[in-house]
Amino acid sequence: MNGYDLIVVGAGIVGACCADEAAAAGLRVAIVEPATVGGGATACAMGHLVAMDDDPAELALARLSLQAWEAFSELPEAEFSRCGTLWVAASADEAAGIAARVARINASGGEAHALDAQQLREVEPALAPDLCAGMLAPREAVVYPPRMAQHLVRRACARGAALHRRAVQRLGRGGAVLDDGSVLRGPVLVATGCALPRLLPQLPLRPRKGHLVITDRYPGQLRHQVLELGYADSAHGSDGSSVAFNVQPRPTGQVLVGSSREFDVDDAAVSPPMLARMLQRAFRFMPALRELQAIRAWTGFRPATPDGRPYLGAVPGHADLWVAAGHEGLGVTTAPGSARLLLDLILGRTPAIDPAPYAPSRVLP
Amino acid sequence: MVERCDVAVIGAGPAGLAAARTAAGHGARVLLLDAQPRCGGQVWRHDVAHRAPHAARSAIRAVGGKVDWRPHHQVVAADGRRLLAETPEGAVAIEAAHVVLATGARELLLPFPGWTLPGVTGAGGLQALAKQGWPLAGKRVLVAGSGPLLLAAAATLRRHGAEVLGIHEQASAARVAAFAAQLWRWPARALQAARLRAALTGVPYRCGSFVRRAFGTTQLEGVELHDAHGTRQIACDHLAVGYGLVPNIELAALLGCALDHDTVHPRVQADELLRTSVPGVLAAGEAVGVAGLAAARIEGALAGHVAGGNEAAARALRPARVRARRFAALLARQFALDPRLRALADAGTIVCRCEDVPLAALDGCVDARSARLVARCGMGACQGRICGAALAELGRFPRGGLRRPPLFPARLATLAAFLQPTIPEIEP
Amino acid sequence: MTAHASVRLQVDGQPVEVPEGASVAAAVARVAPTRFRDSVHGAPRAPLCGMGVCFECRVRIDGRVQLRACMVPVREGMQVDTHG
Repeated sequence: MNGYDLIVVGAGIVGACCADEAAAAGLRVAIVEPATVGGGATACAMGHLVAMDDDPAELALARLSLQAWEAFSELPEAEFSRCGTLWVAASADEAAGIAARVARINASGGEAHALDAQQLREVEPALAPDLCAGMLAPREAVVYPPRMAQHLVRRACARGAALHRRAVQRLGRGGAVLDDGSVLRGPVLVATGCALPRLLPQLPLRPRKGHLVITDRYPGQLRHQVLELGYADSAHGSDGSSVAFNVQPRPTGQVLVGSSREFDVDDAAVSPPMLARMLQRAFRFMPALRELQAIRAWTGFRPATPDGRPYLGAVPGHADLWVAAGHEGLGVTTAPGSARLLLDLILGRTPAIDPAPYAPSRVLP
Repeated sequence: MVERCDVAVIGAGPAGLAAARTAAGHGARVLLLDAQPRCGGQVWRHDVAHRAPHAARSAIRAVGGKVDWRPHHQVVAADGRRLLAETPEGAVAIEAAHVVLATGARELLLPFPGWTLPGVTGAGGLQALAKQGWPLAGKRVLVAGSGPLLLAAAATLRRHGAEVLGIHEQASAARVAAFAAQLWRWPARALQAARLRAALTGVPYRCGSFVRRAFGTTQLEGVELHDAHGTRQIACDHLAVGYGLVPNIELAALLGCALDHDTVHPRVQADELLRTSVPGVLAAGEAVGVAGLAAARIEGALAGHVAGGNEAAARALRPARVRARRFAALLARQFALDPRLRALADAGTIVCRCEDVPLAALDGCVDARSARLVARCGMGACQGRICGAALAELGRFPRGGLRRPPLFPARLATLAAFLQPTIPEIEP
Repeated sequence: MTAHASVRLQVDGQPVEVPEGASVAAAVARVAPTRFRDSVHGAPRAPLCGMGVCFECRVRIDGRVQLRACMVPVREGMQVDTHG
């Protein structure tokens, strides 16, 4: 009898966090993942733990999550590095908005400071000399997502979870049918990221391609994760392709350079023109990047919902069917909070944050 | 900057030189690119202290003034058929009606305890370093590994003043004798072998002998040799060890060319006229399978004829090509690796030298991607060229991630150059 | 042997003279043959492949880091530093 209290489908960072949270709560958990744990969008991600303040709901979820991430700050597998996030204004408009953003982040329980031109130069000397305003969130950090997902799955398994190296063929009444014909019985939580439409086609989701490049090791070259303040416009704008300056210092001394966003591209191949566009944007903010040696470039697909918020909660019209997917580019940051909220809902606990903005029912008639 | 030409030849070794010369002979405008500062490739690498062999000098002379020779051009990316090369002066984009991949081969280097010690190099590796001016006078060098390359390397090292302690061929004496007995079929090869033996008079050549371990604290002090008589230690300053060659197929893979995967190390798939699966892209020499100098020269000429539009001349070279290629089969058969060589690395032996990943860290990794994600294996500057080929040879998993730029570490500025709009050329 | 002009450069601050056409690797070999760079765990490393593939010979050349010593010909007055 393959009976479980929760069957988590998908072991990316979101599924792994959910499985870990459920196992910690004493549930009998199954994890279903045919491929490498943390090998999908999780493996392609930057691993930046960041609170974006442009959507209050997303900010609440990020805040809950960032608190949870602190528990892993000493874990070797997490490769946790508290480099902080430095947001840089590219225009007077963006500079003018800094005070309000600082206020929103501090009001949410985070920490942020406005920086003038001289302070910018002091905290990040490689920035272009004409940049004149920014915002520093000093407590934010970066992690290495695939190893983190693997750690969480291992920890869940140590608490009794069963890892099934199979794909779910279909969701059936009261469980999931695997591709070898076997049946797992129990409530199902679908956390399959971009593959969500295969199991839950009623929830609209589009893959959004992104590019990243990583350099050789240049210790000291970059101190903070640095983004342009207009990043949210690229991240949350819904159409066309866009690039935004987003660089990260890895604990190895390597520099990770992003970012790009494209809808309606199936091909996972690196697109040299998109790569070039992304890099030229980065050079605008940090000219010294030009001389660094790139070692590797890759792409990934972010699972994007129409409103940019993940689906977290019960799937309407189905008993015992839950979803945690559609985190776009914030899946690593918000995975622990997503798991907490899901388990609150599944176990009937008082939700840590208001679940309404994430309810899958919002996109259904 | 966008350069346009009829034929772009990538790699200026024997195959590339022949391709460039032949295509230019048909009136094609040819660009010959190589990442190295001098042409000649590996086998004809420029030697700062000694004159190149006659064949090399005449092949290099033959392209002089007839092709546009571009040293220091490392092809790092491609967008469709447009190539992007990094040079010390910046990025150059190249558009060619035909591309000839003459990317050659690199040495197969297998991990064993101590192989990361300074003083341990490839056999062809130390040969290349010696030709670049690495001081070897009076140094005690042990040459080991497999294949005829060991003799050539040892001869070069000796010419540069090294004391070659011995050549340790892993293949058995019977296999080596069988190889030698067949050599008469390739007279140029036989002659070369005789010359090398003469140059190596007094240097012991041991078959069925391999290096199990290198030792030393901060640099190589000696090696542990194993043969039928047992194990012994021998002190040396350099160990030059190589287990044959691996085709350089990375550019072909990036261009989308189909690869033959029937051998451990993939080769570029090419038809009898050396056309790859991508229209307009040809491949010649070691990239289509290691076969040595003679095959490379014939195939270069063949590909040059095709690229230059003279298919009849290309077809005429097919019989010579087939004959030269038979040598590859003989090599592969008689110098097949002793399975014990695949078990030399122990749990603590570094496999990925760029990221210092020991073999034990790969337990449970099912493919190259999981090895990268879990253990950082293959994530360094060599992009898995050394550890990827070694792990494939060790039977762990095939090399992965081949179709992603940059092909070699490249300046971010170079990769950003692809965006620059193509400036239309003004017709004279 | 044929006579060659030589090139003077500095490796780790020490003057070195090598034949024209030699690689930076050959120049480094005269000063620090057993430590071109430190591995990520701090072990000394020196050239392995000699032909631009293994990246073990990376050094700093005229201020630019992570360059392959075996791929760069020496130039008069060049400043080379080992250990990346």
